Amino acid sequence: MIYLELFLTFFKIGLFTFGGGYAMLPFIQEEVKLHGWLTDAEVINFVAVSESTPGPFAINISTYVGIETGGILGAICATLGATLPSFIVILLVARFYEKFKNSKIVSGCMTGLKPAAIGLIGTAVLTIGKTVFFPTAVSLASVMTFGFVSSLVIFALMFVLTMKRTHPIIIIALSAALGIAAGFIGEAV
Amino acid sequence: MSRKEKFKTAMYLFMSFLRIGAFTFGGGYAMIPLIQTEVVEKKKWITDKDILDIIAISESTPGPISINAATFIGYKICGFWGAFCATFGLVLPSVVIISLLSMILGLIESNKIVQYAFNGIRAGVLALIIKALISMYKQCPKNLFSYIVLALAFLVVAIFDINVIYVVIGCGIIGLVHSLIVTRRNKNDIS
Repeated sequence: MIYLELFLTFFKIGLFTFGGGYAMLPFIQEEVKLHGWLTDAEVINFVAVSESTPGPFAINISTYVGIETGGILGAICATLGATLPSFIVILLVARFYEKFKNSKIVSGCMTGLKPAAIGLIGTAVLTIGKTVFFPTAVSLASVMTFGFVSSLVIFALMFVLTMKRTHPIIIIALSAALGIAAGFIGEAV
Repeated sequence: MSRKEKFKTAMYLFMSFLRIGAFTFGGGYAMIPLIQTEVVEKKKWITDKDILDIIAISESTPGPISINAATFIGYKICGFWGAFCATFGLVLPSVVIISLLSMILGLIESNKIVQYAFNGIRAGVLALIIKALISMYKQCPKNLFSYIVLALAFLVVAIFDINVIYVVIGCGIIGLVHSLIVTRRNKNDIS
């Protein structure tokens, strides 16, 4: 049943993501591909949509995957699944939070979880890079195409801008405009 | 707190977090200044020092930081129903906005110009995520142990395609064992 599947999948994602936001990305890529819910490119498109709409990324993407696969009820199940682990864990922790705050076990686990989150987002970057630069297959021939070159130029420009603390929404709007321009130039070439 | 007061507080929490959910772009840390205005400055229900504790706990519990923070603040102010109202308020705008948006996206997705735009956007998103990665790296403790765990997590998933959940559990255990060994060694050194 799709509703239960959505709920359980996002419950699992919510329960094992530490660090929030993009730390969820590698999980979502893995699960969504496993179930055939969205393609890699669709997930990345949605990251942009989520950056340009209010609300937490985790909630936005669970709602989106839910509604695309199971309509409104699917959206509710997925979002409930993503939210519930946080809700339950925090209710438990809030009762004895002084203890939790000073716990050697918690801080010990965090010394492993923090770097792990970075490594895992690194794998998401790898997948996204492949989707951006080699949409069909990784090969030398695709490096010579107009699509590859234009993506590389847009990426380089946006990287410089984002390191200068340009707002994400401006980055997305600019890269959309450049993408449209590149598309029409590509048609003409 | 009387029953009536409790109800009023829970409703206030719901409305505050509804506003926060509707006006925060980027989630997580972007939400903290809004929380400060809503519950610290306006109502003085919690202090700035509490906010720091809340961030620390939200980081070291699973799930999105914003949901963790909303649940925690709601619970601290008004118990279970406070937690429920704050979290529900935070989530509601996202669910409504994204549901509407997905219908629009479905209609325009096949448009050529939209596809071109998304080709560009994907390259821009890659830049945004690398930026996020760099700032996370800057906040991470820089020592040999961190580097090893970071590399291990990356390689195990990138090359061997091992389920991310096992990697998270594994790295948590490795971190715990390592820190216990370090503490014991330090204790021995002192004695």
